[in-house]
Amino acid sequence: MNDQSITALSQALTAKTISAVELTHDYLKRIRQHSELNAFISVDEDLALHSAKAADQRIQQGLGGALTGIPMAHKDIFCTQVLRTTCGSKMLEHFQSPYDATLVQDLEKQSVVLLGKTNMDEFAMGSTNESSYFGPVKNPWDLTRVPGGSSGGSAAAVSASLCAFATASDTGGSIRQPAAFCGISGLKPTYGLVSRYGMVAFASSLDTAGLLARSAEDLALILQYVARHDEKDSTSISSSTPDYLKSIHAPIDRLKVGLPRRFFHDDVEPDIQQAVLDAVHQFEQMGATIVELDLPLLSQWVPCYYVLACAEASSNLSRYDGIRFGHRSAHHDSLRELITQSRNEGFGLEVKRRILTGTHVLSAGYYDDYYMQAQKVRRLIRDECRQVLTQVDVILGPTTPTCAFSLGQKPTNPTQTYLADIFTVGANLAGLPALSIPAGINASGLPIGIQLIGAHFDEARLLQLAHHYQQQTPWHAMRPDLKGDEL
Amino acid sequence: MIWETVIGLEVHAQLSTQSKLFSNAPTQYGAPPNTQTNYVDAGLPGVLPVLNQRAVQMAIQFGLAIQATIYNNSYFERKNYFYPDLPKGYQISQFQRPIVSQGHLDILLSDGTSRTIDIDRAHLEEDAGKSLHEAHANYTGIDLNRAGTPLLEIVTTPCLRSAEEAICYLKTLHQLLRFLGICDGNMQEGSFRCDVNLSLRPQGDSKLGTRTELKNINSFRFIEKAILFEQLRHQDLLESGQVIVQETRLYNPDKNQTEHMRSKENENDYRYFPDPDLLPIQINPSELAFLKDTLPPLPADMTKRLKESDALADDHIDFLLTSPSVISFYNTIKDKSGAPGKLIVNWLKGAYAAALNERGLTFDETLIPADTLAVMLGKLADNSLSNTSAKKIFNQLLTSTVSVNDLIAAEQSSQLTDTSELEAIIRTMINNNPQQAAEYRAGKDKLLGFFVGLVMKQTKGTAEPSLVSALLIQHLM
Repeated sequence: MNDQSITALSQALTAKTISAVELTHDYLKRIRQHSELNAFISVDEDLALHSAKAADQRIQQGLGGALTGIPMAHKDIFCTQVLRTTCGSKMLEHFQSPYDATLVQDLEKQSVVLLGKTNMDEFAMGSTNESSYFGPVKNPWDLTRVPGGSSGGSAAAVSASLCAFATASDTGGSIRQPAAFCGISGLKPTYGLVSRYGMVAFASSLDTAGLLARSAEDLALILQYVARHDEKDSTSISSSTPDYLKSIHAPIDRLKVGLPRRFFHDDVEPDIQQAVLDAVHQFEQMGATIVELDLPLLSQWVPCYYVLACAEASSNLSRYDGIRFGHRSAHHDSLRELITQSRNEGFGLEVKRRILTGTHVLSAGYYDDYYMQAQKVRRLIRDECRQVLTQVDVILGPTTPTCAFSLGQKPTNPTQTYLADIFTVGANLAGLPALSIPAGINASGLPIGIQLIGAHFDEARLLQLAHHYQQQTPWHAMRPDLKGDEL
Repeated sequence: MIWETVIGLEVHAQLSTQSKLFSNAPTQYGAPPNTQTNYVDAGLPGVLPVLNQRAVQMAIQFGLAIQATIYNNSYFERKNYFYPDLPKGYQISQFQRPIVSQGHLDILLSDGTSRTIDIDRAHLEEDAGKSLHEAHANYTGIDLNRAGTPLLEIVTTPCLRSAEEAICYLKTLHQLLRFLGICDGNMQEGSFRCDVNLSLRPQGDSKLGTRTELKNINSFRFIEKAILFEQLRHQDLLESGQVIVQETRLYNPDKNQTEHMRSKENENDYRYFPDPDLLPIQINPSELAFLKDTLPPLPADMTKRLKESDALADDHIDFLLTSPSVISFYNTIKDKSGAPGKLIVNWLKGAYAAALNERGLTFDETLIPADTLAVMLGKLADNSLSNTSAKKIFNQLLTSTVSVNDLIAAEQSSQLTDTSELEAIIRTMINNNPQQAAEYRAGKDKLLGFFVGLVMKQTKGTAEPSLVSALLIQHLM
């Protein structure tokens, strides 16, 4: 049951082949069975079953929609009135939000069943889910490896069939990279398409709320309900959205797929390079034309991203001062110490590192060389990507240079880990939609993901291309071999 | 050594919008702590700001009133620092590109000369909350009701040269803001806050001296005293060869001196950067044109008109322009009564103002409707009502809602019915003064006035003088 598409699950619920309560029981059982993954920070079984019951009633009354009764999870970055909202941090370990994020409200309106809040890198800063105060998440494909981050919990949960889909956030690749590492499909929508209200801010101009699911079809279905203008978010776009589910079925017609040659450098695992080339072949068979292109500014993507993301983060995290909510230190002799000690105790190492970096690049004497310069470079990167996307419909490439690496790896230079984001940060800098879908398995049996980047508001095209690809390939249907699962 | 004082003024005016600059929480003064604070004001995780368009309109109106440049696409920046009453750890303000820039305001000094004060910029920013240190013995209370209230920060160039100029500018600005209807100017409640930047330099020098900043002074009187003290303090230090420490000082009214508050050297690097949660402020030309066309009449223009067409004296004009409700009241009466301005002002400044005062009211409240007073003053102006009658009727209007015309009718008929009473008084006065009566009858006409006086005294001035004269003449025949 857990491997069905959302559409199939919904049909089964409507046909009463299974009830939402039964379905929820199944998922809750799996969550308990696979607690070693540490994918969830909080789960409320009673609440989930209560919601499931209400969903069954709606279905009974003929009021069910496509997502009614579907068990899902929210990344613990989205404010929910039920359950805590911790952002994977000691700072918010006991934080109870008095309001729901817009995304949460929109899905609740559809009577989804919320199973719990998923684990994540602290304040969304990281790509391994090892910086969480609540312990690392394990990759369901290999428990000695990371699931990716910062949405590691959501990705692991979907990958291990602990929920039908999960929400997540992507600031520099935090949806796509875990999707690639965990062998599932992840969508980072266009900046401004999905409301940021209630999504705890890391880097405001880069943060994007998005989705993780088993297929492009599932993603299209869910996106319909969350892509909309929100007046509570001043950066929310107000334009009409297409019928995503309908549009993915339209035939591929003279599609131009761009392949940047710079994506194929020595640091990219050979298996991954091969998977991309195999995908190219697949797209050609589907009727697409492949266009080789150049992205001369690619080497600027990561440094530009980190200057801006850290700068914005240093300001966004200033509200955590121990005064109104969150962790407050018991060891202080002055107001200044109350603030510094609360932050010192409440924040982990990576968060502190990024706050300090961000403060530095905004400081007098450094602002021009770092922040200002990065803003200028950002505009150039955006313009270059837009220019390229007038020549092709989508840009294709690997999502990550390597497959999931081992837990506990501590590179001598922290910025080395940042280079793993080489392919993903561009879409955030330019605000473009991007999708990661499974495209193979490497020699060690680990999932490989390929990335599709589209023009602004062209999610429909990305999902369409991915859907057709998934009709022809087996990768998205593969499941990790979890200990304890029935054979 | 002749010293020149150089003063620059920063005014933070709270804009009188219904809700906050970036949230829809209400902005009323005096609510119980933290009852006008929503999630956005409190800076909870995940909240986002949404710009209040009314505040933008008010800023534009101010810019238009001071003939400033209104920048299209001005944007907000974050001013970062930590303080308990600053929930987000940053204040949303404008730095590099303020919405209003390069305006000016003319002021009239007591010696009759006028000066043009350059206003360098006016920008929008949100107010912080309040720290209440005296509320509890062991801790400081934080009230976030004020957090997020829209402020217009208005900054002059350092072009002011004396305490008098400074106060004159502040009063003129204060009046302008109230007449634009964008700020209630209540200094006690913190709606209009002034910071003074002051330095001294030898007369003729072009380089600015080291300045000190004076903050948290909430009355024009205290600001003036503070400037005078600080001027002298600077002078004393400089003349004794000492250095001025750049610092922020408070004014102590009990001791009439300024005192150190904090050093400027430890000033924060605010790390300003554009706020990524907000779009630049786009002003469309048709809205700008509409705001220009619908600007309310400004004090400077009204002063001119009152002088020229209504021929009013300066002190009368000052009275009328104390608040928009006074001038509005006057205008309504003037339009409806056709009475001369001077007559109206005398009544408003005199009897009406006194009556308001007695009842603890201001011109913001209605004691006697303008329409009603207009009828009365109209009749007074065309002599169909005597001064004494008018006073009587005015007093009656304070407590009765009967129309003026009805009151006049009642007065006249009561005069007729009271004739018998009056005649009785007249007969008594004549009988009590036989000698004067005889002398009058013999030809001493002047003595009529004597009798009129007696009767008026007897009736405590309520009798109609012309009627008394007429009746006396009858009875003395």
